[in-house]
Amino acid sequence: MTAANYPFVVQNLVLKDFKIRYRNMSLGVLWSLLNPFIMMAVLVFVFTNVFPDQTVKGFPLFILCGLIPFNFFTLAWSSGMVCVADNASFVKRIPLPRALLPVSNVLANCIHMLIQIAILLSFTLVLGYPITRYWLFLPLVWALEVVFVMGLVLATCAIDVYVRDLRYIVDSVIRVLFWAVPIFYSIDRVPARFRGWYEFNPITALTVSLRQILMDATAPDTRLLWKLSLSALLMFTLGWAIFQHLQRRFYERL
Amino acid sequence: MERIVFSGVSKKFSLSTQRHLLSGHIGSWFRRSEHQVLWALKNVSFTVRDGESLAVIGANGAGKSTLLNLATGLCEADEGEVRLQGRLAALLELGSGFHQELTGAENLRIYGSLLGLSRSRTNAVFDLIVDFSELGHFIHRPIRTYSAGMVLRLAFSVAIHADPDILLIDEVFAVGDQSFQAKCFERMLRFRQTGKTMICVTHSADLLRKMCDKAIWLDHGHLRLAGDLEEVLQAYQRQVENTAPLASPVSS
Repeated sequence: MTAANYPFVVQNLVLKDFKIRYRNMSLGVLWSLLNPFIMMAVLVFVFTNVFPDQTVKGFPLFILCGLIPFNFFTLAWSSGMVCVADNASFVKRIPLPRALLPVSNVLANCIHMLIQIAILLSFTLVLGYPITRYWLFLPLVWALEVVFVMGLVLATCAIDVYVRDLRYIVDSVIRVLFWAVPIFYSIDRVPARFRGWYEFNPITALTVSLRQILMDATAPDTRLLWKLSLSALLMFTLGWAIFQHLQRRFYERL
Repeated sequence: MERIVFSGVSKKFSLSTQRHLLSGHIGSWFRRSEHQVLWALKNVSFTVRDGESLAVIGANGAGKSTLLNLATGLCEADEGEVRLQGRLAALLELGSGFHQELTGAENLRIYGSLLGLSRSRTNAVFDLIVDFSELGHFIHRPIRTYSAGMVLRLAFSVAIHADPDILLIDEVFAVGDQSFQAKCFERMLRFRQTGKTMICVTHSADLLRKMCDKAIWLDHGHLRLAGDLEEVLQAYQRQVENTAPLASPVSS
């Protein structure tokens, strides 16, 4: 098989994932719309009635700016990291580059993500926030997030073949991240001595950038963008290297 | 032209199963566990030239499938070198990659691309594949409604339309009912007559006589004999007859 055919393979795998996910749902794609809104409603209730937070204006959109990047991250990571171990027949029977599996898995989640971004933007407009030229930053920050997730998925799906309980560790990490990312609180409330480290977390960087672009109608912090680019590129390089190194023994390990 | 070259190829598999969990990995740092290793292939060399058809014979566990997997590039040799020239299609386990919830037509496109069919080629041979599989209107039903034979028929139809230079076949002759088997067989003979390269693994001597001209005999991972099909086949059958009365041929 020639490399020219790989895009067609990836397209087929992405489409397959998408069809399988939505074919047997009575509401179809609607489920993926409902999920962030349910979570948003809960958080809005808690933080306007139980622990009122007066420092933030426009709380529903504020939360959605954190929830949607976080949802994409957790969904892509947890489904991507098992894609090699759970597709043993692909690895053992089909002579294709193994990287096509994690790559198409992340891309399939990107379709899902695009739907959620569309919701986020419609919600922004419905609430009366204007479209500004800073919206042009949106593709950049999202693309960096995807690059980061791709690296993370490449690394962990390869390690998962060798260490099968990695998925439970990832589960716990995701739970911690929900609190460690400023989803329902503002980054300004994080003590200054932690904040520098917070910003290296790409989900935090994306969340903060989204709030600046959509709610404050400003450009995202340059410092933040640099940190986001740095962690995305580092993670991708590392993930690619780990995957290439470990994939040579996938056959024996599965 | 030399299509497939194995030079001094060895492949080993680890028999220890403990090291799939984190605790197993950590444990292995502390204690020296004796590493049990099985050599599935040991120092195997042979060459398949353009237009040749090679049979691989030997008992179960002799290393036949490992040899095909190495040729396909699914795993790497621990020693020696495997070289390959041309586009290869492997009929190893038909239908790996099929998804139960998707229709036959959807699976056809996905499986075809995995076997190397481009988009335009898929469109061109789509109807041919459906005709060959004899699935009719079932092609638009989910695979889970198919019988096992129908799934194999679809997989085989896709595979033989992938048009490779080299075809690897591992015990996939038992596809569908008799008339379909005859059709498949006729199809593979035609593939053979067009001067393509083949490696076949099967226990049916009759099929091998029709499909192949050369053979190698593997015995516990070692290359026992290589040469013309009839010669190797007879030597193999003599050995099988001689060891058959023994209680356990495996321990010989």
